[in-house]
Amino acid sequence: MFKIAKFFKKYSFLIILILLFTLVQAFSDLTLPTLMSNIIDVGIIDSDVGYIIQTGIFMLMFSLLSGIMSISVGFVSAKVSAGVCKNLRSSIFDKIQGFSLSDIDKFGATSLITRTTNDITQIQNFLIMFLRIVIMSPIMSVGGLIMAYNVNKSLSSIVLIAIPILAAVVITISFAAMPIYKVIQSKLDGLNLIARENLTGLRVIKAFRTTDYEKERFDKSNKNLSDITVKVQKIMGLMGPGIMLTLNITIITIMWFGAKKVSLNEMAIGEVIAFTQYVMQIMISMMMMSFILVMYPKASVSAERVAEVLNKEFSIKDEIKDKIIDNTDLNNQIFVEFKDVCFKYQKAEEMALSNISFRVEKGKTLSIIGSTGSGKSTIVNLIPRMYDISSGEIIINGKNIKDYSQLELRSKIGLVPQKATLFTGTIEENLKFGKKDATEEEIIKACEISSSLNFIEKKPDKFNENVAQGGKNFSGGQKQRLAIARAIIKDADVYIFDDSFSALDYKTDKQVRKKLKNITQDSVVIVVAQRIMSIKDSDNILVLDKGKIVGYGTHKDLIKNCDIYKEIAESQLSKEELEGGK
Amino acid sequence: MENKNIKSNPPKSSNKFSITIKRIYKYLSKYKISLMVAIIASIISTIFVVLGPMILGSVTNIIADGSVNIIKGTGVIDFKKIGYMLILLLCVYIIAQVFSYLQIYIMSNISQKAIYNLRKDIIIKINNLPLKFFDTNSQGDILSKITSDIENINTSLQQILTQFITSLVTIIGIIAMMFLINFWMTIVALLTVPLSFLFSMIVIKKSQKFYKGQQEYLGKINGLVEEVYSGHNIIKTFNQEKRSIKKFEDLNDRLYKNSWTSQFATSIMMPVITLASNIGYVLISILGGYLVVQGVIGVGRIQSFIQYIKNFMMPISQIAQVMNVLQSTVASADRVFGLLDEEEEIKEKNSLIIKDDIKGDVTFDNITFGYNKQNPLINNCNLEIKQGQKIAIVGPTGAGKTTLINLLMRFYDADKGCIKIDGINIYNITREDLRSLYGMVLQDTWLFKGSIKDNIAYGKLGATDEEIIKTSKMVYADQFIRTLPDGYDMVLNEEASNVSAGQKQLLTIARAVISNPKILILDEATSSVDTRTEVLIQKAMNKIMKNRTTFVIAHRLSTIKDADIIMVMKDGDIIEHGKHDDLILNEEGFYKTLYYSQFENN
Repeated sequence: MFKIAKFFKKYSFLIILILLFTLVQAFSDLTLPTLMSNIIDVGIIDSDVGYIIQTGIFMLMFSLLSGIMSISVGFVSAKVSAGVCKNLRSSIFDKIQGFSLSDIDKFGATSLITRTTNDITQIQNFLIMFLRIVIMSPIMSVGGLIMAYNVNKSLSSIVLIAIPILAAVVITISFAAMPIYKVIQSKLDGLNLIARENLTGLRVIKAFRTTDYEKERFDKSNKNLSDITVKVQKIMGLMGPGIMLTLNITIITIMWFGAKKVSLNEMAIGEVIAFTQYVMQIMISMMMMSFILVMYPKASVSAERVAEVLNKEFSIKDEIKDKIIDNTDLNNQIFVEFKDVCFKYQKAEEMALSNISFRVEKGKTLSIIGSTGSGKSTIVNLIPRMYDISSGEIIINGKNIKDYSQLELRSKIGLVPQKATLFTGTIEENLKFGKKDATEEEIIKACEISSSLNFIEKKPDKFNENVAQGGKNFSGGQKQRLAIARAIIKDADVYIFDDSFSALDYKTDKQVRKKLKNITQDSVVIVVAQRIMSIKDSDNILVLDKGKIVGYGTHKDLIKNCDIYKEIAESQLSKEELEGGK
Repeated sequence: MENKNIKSNPPKSSNKFSITIKRIYKYLSKYKISLMVAIIASIISTIFVVLGPMILGSVTNIIADGSVNIIKGTGVIDFKKIGYMLILLLCVYIIAQVFSYLQIYIMSNISQKAIYNLRKDIIIKINNLPLKFFDTNSQGDILSKITSDIENINTSLQQILTQFITSLVTIIGIIAMMFLINFWMTIVALLTVPLSFLFSMIVIKKSQKFYKGQQEYLGKINGLVEEVYSGHNIIKTFNQEKRSIKKFEDLNDRLYKNSWTSQFATSIMMPVITLASNIGYVLISILGGYLVVQGVIGVGRIQSFIQYIKNFMMPISQIAQVMNVLQSTVASADRVFGLLDEEEEIKEKNSLIIKDDIKGDVTFDNITFGYNKQNPLINNCNLEIKQGQKIAIVGPTGAGKTTLINLLMRFYDADKGCIKIDGINIYNITREDLRSLYGMVLQDTWLFKGSIKDNIAYGKLGATDEEIIKTSKMVYADQFIRTLPDGYDMVLNEEASNVSAGQKQLLTIARAVISNPKILILDEATSSVDTRTEVLIQKAMNKIMKNRTTFVIAHRLSTIKDADIIMVMKDGDIIEHGKHDDLILNEEGFYKTLYYSQFENN
């Protein structure tokens, strides 16, 4: 929690205000029993109805004061906790926007999502309880103790014995239950996993007639979970009765010794009653505090997880260089060059890419092929500097990519990723990702090239059709075509197609490729592919295996010289196709 | 969906609410006797809890009387009596708490059993629902019903059961005790109650709007964060960071407003209830003081009364809370029951029993089918397939190649006509028996979290180790399995990501043939499989196809040219069928364009 302390700074005034309000409230609350005991010990004993009413009015005023304070505390703490968490959320989101892919990999996207949403909600829930209850508890306890002490010194020692006993009860039960809660969580995850498997494997389960097997598997897990849940509920169920019993026994003890004091004339009867009320105040606020503090470890872990992201140093920064590179004579060059590039993922033992060198000129197409894990997508990620390379140089238009600002570098690149991700919004908004001020004509042209125009036209709202989260309302092929359109609107120097035609059928695939050819004449094109069929006409083909270049050349060269290429080709094409295919 | 809602929802919403409550009760009523015992325990416990302050007040009275006597010099405090009373009080408290725990103990048994049964019903339901249901409903939605909704019911059921009854009995008990002490004091105390109750109801109602808003914007933020983080590389290459930040700030701002208002609204409740209780406390002190002076009641009764008022507010706010929880529980229960009410696959009865010596002739006899009855996709399809033949199903993405599989496996039933296997109408065999004839390999390589051995034996439950190994060898899986850390006993993890996509495919092939089926259904893999494994898969597929009637969904036309029948599908319909050599001759044919489109030069 301390790791995010700076987020409270802005609210220090309000937090002090909460403290003040709480103090006043505690004071008012604690005055009530004293006044009541006055009613008994003075008003009743003296039969002074006037005094009773007068004191009553005082009590009423203190009650009101306490109520107002308590509402104010609620108001201010709601503002503080929601405000702190709003700022936390903003900061973490901003921070992550600056992350490179290697930063993202370090945490994992799913974990970052949880940190931005769930963890912060967790903090907020704890914070509001903390501000409203935990601050109150010690003040109330200490105040109550002082009041009790003032009433009678020796009697208050009973309270001092009772408090640790109460604490022991609460702590013992919590400690017994905590580990079981963890087990429950994992059992619940296990059960949910089976349920999910039953849904995802529906066809398989039905086809293999294993319904009964699945039911049994689920039942076992279900029974298991239910048994252990009952167990923990039975332990936690001890908490309430345990606390009540401790409280009640304390009060019985006080009554007994209180009676003794009264008989010795050391205490008045009203004071004994007031005393029991102080004890209740103290113990109840202690109890509340313990309930909230049980939440602390969870919230603290959340805070740590958030802080970890906020404190992460960006692994890729724009380096502001003193030397100004004179690139006037580079202006008209368009090319991409890898010079002896090596790259290793964080924590990985082996190089993902080693000694990769190639150069692609304007108007030319380079295709990259290789089995999964051979490093194709890694090359794609290195060009827009999603990761920094370990050694070597990547040069775009004559300049090392590290000498560009990230913004400038990426404005030169049109990427169609492997997974055609679309974003919520309209089709048009998605397409304008590439160029904020794209005209209608540009958009239509890009859609025409990517063969998306006809399905967009069929949508009721055309370009204003909404894209649902994850682009769920579009088929895989439609998403890919939109992703292609989005990239070509950009007018980039370098186009990268990372396995971007996989969801298209052959016909559409071919169509799109043909049209693309026309508009990429002034750019560099890099294509990652699985199907030999779709790359065999490239100017050059790069064959990767385990991060190394094992073949480079045209289809015809490679089929002769490169074993791995041949192997891939043979698995995909029939003999005639290998030989001719014209 | 719309229709269904109208059908299952009675017109009045309050009516629906009580129907849902009754259905939840049904799950509890199996344990009627335990439930009764728990309720009785709860009542006994509460009665004793309520007795406590009364006895404590009596003790105070004895002390007060004694002290007056001391002042008057007529006597002393009767410690013997106090001692007896305090021991009695201790017993009362102990009994109260013992019964209270007994109640919790029984209730958690009941609620967990109820939840257990509910989960069981759900999973049985899931397995009995027709595939159509899953194809038309979002998987995430169904999943959230099985997991989060049931979990929501689970956590609240216990709370509702224990708190509601206790709170109700406490309120009644306290009111009775208060009346026993003094009529007027009770009237005064009760006046403050409806006030605070009314207020909390208003607050709950008002805050509901903000609470909903908070949930809504939390959901929206979740959605945005999810897509932005998972599409990070795109956001970056398109330099869209500013745009997402702006979108986020906007949502965050709204979340903040709703969030603090709803938190403030909920935080008002406690102070107001406390205030009401304090006012009651003050009024009782005044009125009680007056009444003691008048000699109507003893001093100790003020103490009892004050305790009652303090104890009174707690169950009231608890009931208010339970009401709130109940709302969300019923909402969840509604969703779960909605799933339980879905129409199941019709159970077959008295069907033909198939013999072991099925050869594998398959006939399509005048089949008409559409996912939507008004809009048939396949019209009067006739086909005759001899045993051992290879049938390839081709067509562009989305042409409905899986429709045929759906009909063969009886995931869906044809609207008209029938499919015959060895002349037996498959609609006269049970689905189970029918499916036992097939071996199926889907593109989606579904495996479950369990050992490799168990996953292969999934095709023939109870298969021996020898059978498993023999099958694995046959489909070229044995070799890679042996190189894995625990070999056949290696446990696949949740996403089965500890084996490669191609290896998964080999495992599913092994699973499909272990039972030596007569008919095979193969969905050719298109996913990124490394080349070496791909060769193995291809070899395994070719091997298992021998002597088996095989339906292949083909994505690469090159692999199926030798098929006995090629069925060409487009827009859900079978538009051409025949041998490759015949189809390719049809100048106008779709197959021809499809076939040549892969060879044309750019």
